[in-house]
Amino acid sequence: MDPVLIPHVREPNSFTLDFYLKHGGYGALKTALRKKPDEIVEMVKASGLRGRGGAGFPTGMKWQFVDKKVEPRYIVCNADESEPGTFKDHLLMERNPHLLIEGCAIGCYAIGAKVAYIYIRGEFFHVQSYLQRAIDEAYAKGYLGKNIFGSGFECDVYVHRGAGAYEAGEETALLESLEGKRAQPRNKPPFPAVAGLYNKPSAVNNVETLCNVPIIVSKGVEWYTSVGPEKNGGPKLYCVSGHVKNPGVFEASMNVTLRELVEGYAGGARDGRKIKAVIPGGSSVPILLPEQLDTQASFDGIARAGSMLGSAAIIVLDDTTCMVWLAENLLHFYRHESCGKCTPCREGTDWLHKILRRIERGEGQMRDLDLLSSISNNIAGKTLCAFGDAAVTPVQTTLKHFRHEYEAHIREGRCTLPADWRARQPVGAH
Amino acid sequence: MSFHPKMAYDATFHKSARQLEDEGPPFVYTAENRARFDQIVTRYPPDRRRSAVLPALYLAQYQQGYITANAIRHVAELLGITRADVEDVVSYYTMFYTKPVGTFVINVCRTLSCAVNGAERVTEELCAKLNVTAGQTDASGTFTLMEVECLGACDRAPVIMVNDSWHEHQSPEKVGKLLDDLKARGEAALTGCVHVVEKAGS
Repeated sequence: MDPVLIPHVREPNSFTLDFYLKHGGYGALKTALRKKPDEIVEMVKASGLRGRGGAGFPTGMKWQFVDKKVEPRYIVCNADESEPGTFKDHLLMERNPHLLIEGCAIGCYAIGAKVAYIYIRGEFFHVQSYLQRAIDEAYAKGYLGKNIFGSGFECDVYVHRGAGAYEAGEETALLESLEGKRAQPRNKPPFPAVAGLYNKPSAVNNVETLCNVPIIVSKGVEWYTSVGPEKNGGPKLYCVSGHVKNPGVFEASMNVTLRELVEGYAGGARDGRKIKAVIPGGSSVPILLPEQLDTQASFDGIARAGSMLGSAAIIVLDDTTCMVWLAENLLHFYRHESCGKCTPCREGTDWLHKILRRIERGEGQMRDLDLLSSISNNIAGKTLCAFGDAAVTPVQTTLKHFRHEYEAHIREGRCTLPADWRARQPVGAH
Repeated sequence: MSFHPKMAYDATFHKSARQLEDEGPPFVYTAENRARFDQIVTRYPPDRRRSAVLPALYLAQYQQGYITANAIRHVAELLGITRADVEDVVSYYTMFYTKPVGTFVINVCRTLSCAVNGAERVTEELCAKLNVTAGQTDASGTFTLMEVECLGACDRAPVIMVNDSWHEHQSPEKVGKLLDDLKARGEAALTGCVHVVEKAGS
């Protein structure tokens, strides 16, 4: 398929309003404003668009659940892209920001909101400045603000900058952060569609999800569902990184297989090395092995293979990667980013990291492996948000597929990979 | 403290260890920042001024370099919330500094995709050049070196962020040159994200 989300990102000035208008920009908003809000929700529902942030929940359903009896309502765009390996929203906001703005405006119209907040992670400062410039342009030309296209519809879009917290990517934690508190998750239910931002009905959508909305409106439901397999329709951005020749963001239909993405789009492993493992959806999902590369990279295809598409962040690891080191590296991340609200996660991630570190250094004992499993089982499913399950996944999945590497570390008292292959520990990690 | 008999927590780990050391110098926003603040709070409903706490703290940090108890007091008064509410937020988010930092804060990403592409060699080189370990400021007070978790540019690994400016595809040689450039030319040496093709002149 031809790219529709990021077709022109490599061209100079592709982020400007003039460029966007030249390529049919804001046409979808104009079309949408001639329809009834419910029609838009129905369209998105019929398109089968699934949330691109990780969970893959149908966006149309989410919008339909928004309580229409309570005013005001909000669209909150989750641009806190912080899952390790994910960088698609970064590219979208930096090189095609008007698509997101148009998506926010259509979303607001559909659920009857007047304000959309884009919560962007604090590290994306330059992205924020591009986005803000695009918003200012849109206001100046009347695509945002009052009485858009003479329809009487008004919509404001604001960018809210976060300050460095992975947990703010969880939808209720994001709302807490937007309300000026610590980014810690809320108990659910009530879901944001009933009591979200400021306790009002809200729809929290990922950047890529909202960017798909103008495409559904302008190209039609029929076209949209024809792209990709059933129930996994529409264009999808894949982020491929790690040990590949040509890492980057690639747009494809979800008919694509992991092999096409890794060996085709991204050029395959470097220096003729063999691929040892592939993480298909960001650090929080189970590892797939090279023999599973022919899996279809759709939400359902990867779920059938025993993993998750997540945010479609594909991290490729070749045979120079020590899997104990990998688990230790990722648990350092989760230990650091745990928000501290639920005890199993706050304490457990620290324990897991300590045990992994001592195994990695060659100071582990065989009983540590059972301890790792036991702690993991005591975190997963026992926390308010999915962070707990995410944090134990690297441990459980490496133990499942690469237990022999753990055992070798413990037996030999060192990493068994050749020393010059190994990525050294980050210096400040200890 | 630890509830586990065998496991002592690292002194550096717990976020609660990031306490404010002193009151700091007296703090009020400059007229310019005050105007920005007044503009920012209009984005949120009038009874939800608290939402502006993150942008308000950024303004304070840009003005003074780091967040002091006096800055927290000022922000709390302007937003109509308690100082504890603001300190709660400051101590949670990693991008607010509660101690003085160098003119340039160098954040090196250490998470998986950057790590497999040699991020730790970049950190090693920076440590050696600046004669610091991660988390410290060098003797001249110009550079602070930090290791951070995933910055979200894994295709351009390893990535470092100097203040708010990104530098991708780093290597030990490149960061050495970048340090020299920063010393010689200051902020002008910050080139920014490689995606910005307009600046690259293409």
